[in-house]
Amino acid sequence: MAVLELDRLSRQFELTPGFVERVIQRKKPSYIKAVERLSISIGENEILGIAGESGCGKSTTCTMVSGLLDPTEGDIRFRGNSILGLKGAAIKDYRRAVQMIFQDPYESLNPRFRIVDIVAEGPRALELWGADEIKRRSLAMLDAVGLPSGKYAERFPHELSGGERQRVGIASALVMEPEVIIADEPLSMLDVSIRAGILDLLREMQAERGFSSLYVSHDLSILGNVADRLLVMYLGQAMEIGPAEEVIRNPKHPYTKALIGAVPIPDPRSRREVPNIRGEISKPIDPPPGCRFAPRCPYANASCNETFIEMKTGDSSLHQAACHRLDEIANAGL
Amino acid sequence: MSSSGASHKLHGLRLALGEHYRIINSNKLSQFGFWVIVVFTVIALLAPWLAPYDPWEMTYDSEGNFASLRPPSWEFPMGTTHLGYDLFSQLILATRTTLLIGVVSGFISIVIGANVGLIAGYYGGKVDEVLMRITDILYGMPFLPFIIVLIALFGRKLEFIILAIVLIIWRTSARVIRAQAMSIKQRQFIQMAKARGASDFRIIYFHILPNVMPLLLLYAAFNIAWSIITEASASFLGFGDGETISWGGMLYELWLSGKTRVAWWWFASPSVCIILLVVSLVFVSRAYEEVANPRLRKR
Ligand SMILES: Nc1ncnc2c1ncn2[C@@H]1O[C@H](COP(=O)(O)OP(=O)(O)OP(=O)(O)O)[C@@H](O)[C@H]1O
Ligand code: SF4
Ligand SMILES: [Mg+2]
Repeated sequence: MAVLELDRLSRQFELTPGFVERVIQRKKPSYIKAVERLSISIGENEILGIAGESGCGKSTTCTMVSGLLDPTEGDIRFRGNSILGLKGAAIKDYRRAVQMIFQDPYESLNPRFRIVDIVAEGPRALELWGADEIKRRSLAMLDAVGLPSGKYAERFPHELSGGERQRVGIASALVMEPEVIIADEPLSMLDVSIRAGILDLLREMQAERGFSSLYVSHDLSILGNVADRLLVMYLGQAMEIGPAEEVIRNPKHPYTKALIGAVPIPDPRSRREVPNIRGEISKPIDPPPGCRFAPRCPYANASCNETFIEMKTGDSSLHQAACHRLDEIANAGL
Repeated sequence: MSSSGASHKLHGLRLALGEHYRIINSNKLSQFGFWVIVVFTVIALLAPWLAPYDPWEMTYDSEGNFASLRPPSWEFPMGTTHLGYDLFSQLILATRTTLLIGVVSGFISIVIGANVGLIAGYYGGKVDEVLMRITDILYGMPFLPFIIVLIALFGRKLEFIILAIVLIIWRTSARVIRAQAMSIKQRQFIQMAKARGASDFRIIYFHILPNVMPLLLLYAAFNIAWSIITEASASFLGFGDGETISWGGMLYELWLSGKTRVAWWWFASPSVCIILLVVSLVFVSRAYEEVANPRLRKR
């Protein structure tokens, strides 16, 4: 059974017009559809990568899944049960089970907490164990992420480097013994030279502890490396999903093709055709109901703006793309 | 609060002792201010043992003459009043009252101000609106008419003077701390605390509060200074507690005696004390302000 299921998950943000526009021009508020009808499932021990350009709704999805932001529509189910409107002990259980690793290690650690207290904060807040046990586990967790507790426990965040801080962030999530880890671009703020080390740590921990992950990045080469499955998003919509290797080697969706075309390919023989993309990425403000990629898609036709294509969940080996002209594009050899 | 939380209640709250030391020694003025405060505190604590006379005891000099309106001398280091009261003794005992009023009303007002500010800033929305409307109303309230009404209703009692001072003073700290809480709330480590399961209470008092601590200490010092000035003005205008003696009260009695022009020494010592203590508090709080607001450091 899927550990986590997102069922037509949507989130829109209201853009309230200014007072003058509202009163004099009678302008109605418009909506940014940051995430629209996103349906995916994550299996036991699986790493689902989410790729997409800036502003496509990756972080919004992560904050909804971690329970920090309410969706405007749709549902999130954890082991079959909806998490929306959970109260009391049930929400505490979910908070423990699903942990987030933040993007910015400089902003996400409380500057007035000692390192050991940052790691111990989750267990203390949820009263998972007794005080001594929490301390013991927190110190052990620091050791496990490569920060010898004797040296680091009593320090403050500003005394650590970016990579060390990100390790603290990882420790503070893993000490909760989560079942799902949400990592929202955990490497992007780090120096290139230390990314590999943090990535190895994440992989190692996953292998050792066996949790499922939602791993967000706009670096496809990293995702191809770590993720079992890959979801490609564009302006809030799912464009393509499937086994990571297959999506990268054999993309179906015009957008994914373009995206992968923009990534350097190490093997010179496998040069790919790149469909030319017109125009600029925009914000999904009051968009038409259909395919969000239509304004830039070289294959778009009149019906693209009309119909929304839903992805199937359940079968994780399925490679699917949300484009209604897939066959035509393939047949025409475009 | 369970045992696991309780034992670590204060872990984020403490500014390390070394940090205080560094802040106070960061410049000459705050060092000076710190020692003035220490001296006044010691005087206040030991007042009954330090004062050679009762504050309302008629004194006689070594030759047995009634010591009325004597300028400072070896016998009466700060002179005497027209009724022969020893001003040195009065000053020492008044230090106790003034400091007590200053510290108690400063402390209560910062506790109220901090809580109102933190809660309004953190929750925002309706809660914020209601709390800030209340502070606005208090802002519109002038101090003197307010204390006159209060004293008229309840009499010249220390408790009511403190109450009046607190009601007037907490509003400024509430506003400043609210603004600070609003900006800290946006920081990502608050999101992280939420993601780890921290309750609103925990976020406000364990995560935000330690980050407004330097500002809080700054305003605590500020509030004490304001309380002292406010008490002095109230006492000088005759709204002080008649049973105890304070610096402002000493000036009030000078005024009543009609000897203002003659007895400069009677006027000098309480005024100098008020100025010295208030200025010292400002010096120390300035040093804390540089921690709270690093942009000042460059100047
Ligand atoms: N609180 C908010 N209010 C209004 N709009 C928002 C809010 N949060 C996000 N958005 C908008 O929603 C869209 C998706 O944002 P999101 O942060 O999820 O993107 P992202 O994929 O994480 O981008 P990045 O790669 O830059 O982190 C953006 O257009 C953004 O401007
Ligand atoms: S649905 Fe239409 S616009 Fe969207 S990718 Fe397919 S062809 Fe292009
Ligand atoms: Mg993001």
